[in-house]
Amino acid sequence: MGKVGIIGVGQSNFVRQYPGSIRELAFEGFKDAMKHANITTGNIDASMICSAPEYDKQRSPAGIFAEYLGLNPQPTFYVESLCSSSSMGLRLAYSLVKSGLHDVVAIIGFQKMSEISSSESQERMGRGADIQWESPFGTMMPAYYAMYARAHMDAYGTTLEDLARVRVKAATYGQMNEKAVYRKPVTAEMFSDTENRMSGPVATPLRVGDCCANADGSSCIIVANEEKARAFCSKPVWILGLGAATTSVNLAGRDLFTGLTVGKQAADQAYQMAGITQKNIDVAEVHDCFTIAELMAYENLGFAKPGEGKELIRGKETYKEGTIPVNVDGGLLSKGHPIGATGGSQIRTIVLQLRDEAGEIQVRRPEIGLVHNIGGVGLYGSVTILGR
Amino acid sequence: MAMKKETDDRFKKFGTVSFTAITKTNDFIGHLENGKVMGTRCRDCGLEFFPPRADCFHCFSSHMEWFEVSGTGKLITYSQLEFGPVGFEDDLPYAIAILDYEDFKVFGRIAGDIPEDEITLGMEMETKVTRLPNNQLSYVFQKV
Repeated sequence: MGKVGIIGVGQSNFVRQYPGSIRELAFEGFKDAMKHANITTGNIDASMICSAPEYDKQRSPAGIFAEYLGLNPQPTFYVESLCSSSSMGLRLAYSLVKSGLHDVVAIIGFQKMSEISSSESQERMGRGADIQWESPFGTMMPAYYAMYARAHMDAYGTTLEDLARVRVKAATYGQMNEKAVYRKPVTAEMFSDTENRMSGPVATPLRVGDCCANADGSSCIIVANEEKARAFCSKPVWILGLGAATTSVNLAGRDLFTGLTVGKQAADQAYQMAGITQKNIDVAEVHDCFTIAELMAYENLGFAKPGEGKELIRGKETYKEGTIPVNVDGGLLSKGHPIGATGGSQIRTIVLQLRDEAGEIQVRRPEIGLVHNIGGVGLYGSVTILGR
Repeated sequence: MAMKKETDDRFKKFGTVSFTAITKTNDFIGHLENGKVMGTRCRDCGLEFFPPRADCFHCFSSHMEWFEVSGTGKLITYSQLEFGPVGFEDDLPYAIAILDYEDFKVFGRIAGDIPEDEITLGMEMETKVTRLPNNQLSYVFQKV
């Protein structure tokens, strides 16, 4: 079997409150990708609809989307792995294409988090944990990642200033990303100013500025087999490596609190499949739902040794001009994190980079890019390696 | 005429807000009532589980016995929440944490009367049953 290529990518603006329904939100990302791919709905054999559950009144959104996007009578599938849903959708679409069952598949990620209130949303996200044995204690996403942050700081001397540096970098690029929800500058001083909102405690040691914001958004990635990718697209981006892993939902079932095992395992698989090492990666998107998550990603992906992620951000090595640019689209911290759409947005950024279409944030002629997308609190890990 | 069988939904008593009512590990609540925090051990292969499980993924046995979580565990990490999910507002602020008992770990809350500046990673703590103001049952980590 031949390669599987990405022939089009798109996303909606990521916004606080989308003024429309979920099908209309999905349409925006889909339309953007279809225009990018310059194909018609008749060219698409199947769709994968990806999101986290329980935000919508609509049951089985895949059916509604297939109708609204003009994708009847082709089959559609719903993919759910919390924040990594659309990356996992890409993995499954890859297998559908690679098997020869379908030639061209659209992966549509979406989330309209504003369907419910922020505290309800935190409750839903908390229930992405073990509802029997963890949620009765009042768990929340920031608190879980805060536990990793504290363990990392204690073990390796990572500081609150290091965490702030990650946010400052994100904001540097978020200001350039017209699709990002947060486009204001962020400075280190904001974190040391107790009057500033950025420094407000959320779950110790994490502060408001360490956390990404909820958002509404959609994304779409269109993949095709090698023959059709070459026929439809002058600059297909090839899927070179895929990795995926899971671990215990309950933190009591884990042994590592200074990194995410699923990130490392998924990365190792993806590097092996692509036949490369981390040294070959020219640009990366990592799952920075919280600042600490980006530092752990540097380490889990092998960009830094365990505990040395802080050195990369201190040396600005993950800025656009650095040795390994990471999240130069602003990351989740600036773009916002519409759960099901996030993986697709990360993939979109890397595809645009590999096609030299990234505009102001373009890294100098990257050959290979990586996408690291995590679901839940390091529960689901997905790493995707893409190349020209 | 047969009597209507009573539903054993004791698990709804666990924690500030329980999201589960019926589980094969409902006896966990009975043990909390008796002041004991207990895990399960597989009678066939000896594997110990906390949180307790009804089924062993190692040997597929469902023959479990209860053992008490006793002694002390080492505090691996924690976080104090300044915001809580719906239903937990009255508990704020509170700290969630993990204790390492070597053979297993326990996820739970640090006792509310311990100020954050007295909490250090690596400290030995005990897991103790507590009755919450809303009459729910839970457990907390206390200083030794």
